[in-house]
Amino acid sequence: MSLLKFLGLSNRKSAQIARERLQIVVSHQRMEGGDVEFLPKMRNELITVISKYIKIDKDQINVQLLRNGSCSVLELNITLPTPQEQVAKETT
Amino acid sequence: MTKLESKIIVVTSGKGGVGKTTSSAAIGAELALRGHKTVVVDFDIGLRNLDLIMGCERRVIYDFVNVIQGDANLSQTLIKDKRIENLYVLPASQTRDKDALTTEGVEQVLNDLRKEFAFIICDSPAGIERGALMALYFADEAVIVTNPEVSSVRDSDRIIGVLNSRSRKAEQNGELKKHLLITRYMLNRVQRGEMLSIEDVQDILAIPLLGVIPESPSVLNASNNGIPITLDANSDAKRAYQHAVSELLGEKTGALNNKGWTKIFGGLRIFNRSPA
Repeated sequence: MSLLKFLGLSNRKSAQIARERLQIVVSHQRMEGGDVEFLPKMRNELITVISKYIKIDKDQINVQLLRNGSCSVLELNITLPTPQEQVAKETT
Repeated sequence: MTKLESKIIVVTSGKGGVGKTTSSAAIGAELALRGHKTVVVDFDIGLRNLDLIMGCERRVIYDFVNVIQGDANLSQTLIKDKRIENLYVLPASQTRDKDALTTEGVEQVLNDLRKEFAFIICDSPAGIERGALMALYFADEAVIVTNPEVSSVRDSDRIIGVLNSRSRKAEQNGELKKHLLITRYMLNRVQRGEMLSIEDVQDILAIPLLGVIPESPSVLNASNNGIPITLDANSDAKRAYQHAVSELLGEKTGALNNKGWTKIFGGLRIFNRSPA
């Protein structure tokens, strides 16, 4: 108990705990796309298309749908191993 | 004679039991009281309850599905409120056929209602199944009813995502205007740190606040009697709904003369006046 108190955990109000839990669960929910069932499928298709032109690691592609107020942002993050080389290859 | 200004407003929440039907009835009745011809449409096929809350359960003859299937026309089906002018109810069917609501059928009924009504309030069922999707699909605006409680806030966030991706407005790259209506709010518990505050809920859901309805015994009393809370005797909840309807109509609203609420609505006013 004294350790909990020391860490400041025992005095936390339940509303504060609720708020923190919600922030986590909601951010996960939004990142998973939640309502957008096509997201995993689209991710796979994107990997296929991009792989045709650029050699990428499947784990290096990250597709997220983020909500920002009234609009949604589709965020596509691809980490390329050697960027200059790949871009040169793609444009030629 | 088409009224271009007619507005379809869906009352939704994701989670059940948070006050969608109570709010639909209260908002619909208040709009009618203020002279706007209003119809409240029950989309909860198989589990209709709006008729009970509005006190017209014994006057249901035909229903929404009958109209869609051509077994009855709208004027036979709409129930006119006996207490006030301008207020009508379109009851849901008790059929268990979940596919009874077709997109084309719902669109046709809503288009017909648009010709006669200034406001069409769609009382959504809980969940994110067909009935809920149909209730929100054609909406111009949405009222998201949320209790200051974790499961309700999470489900509201989910339904906001659905509104942003599955409504016709969203499909046409338009914007569906969303309003947050917090219900069953208990100021004393918030002050003790036992309940999420208005600001907490707003921070998480990130949509403009329409109103805050306090937890109030008058809500159950009104539903027991089949009277929309805004047609019932004066109460804190009634005043809060009146305030919310003023916001919905874009009227300038002042603080309520109720000590606890003055403070809260003071904050609310600042928020609502800031650029969206």
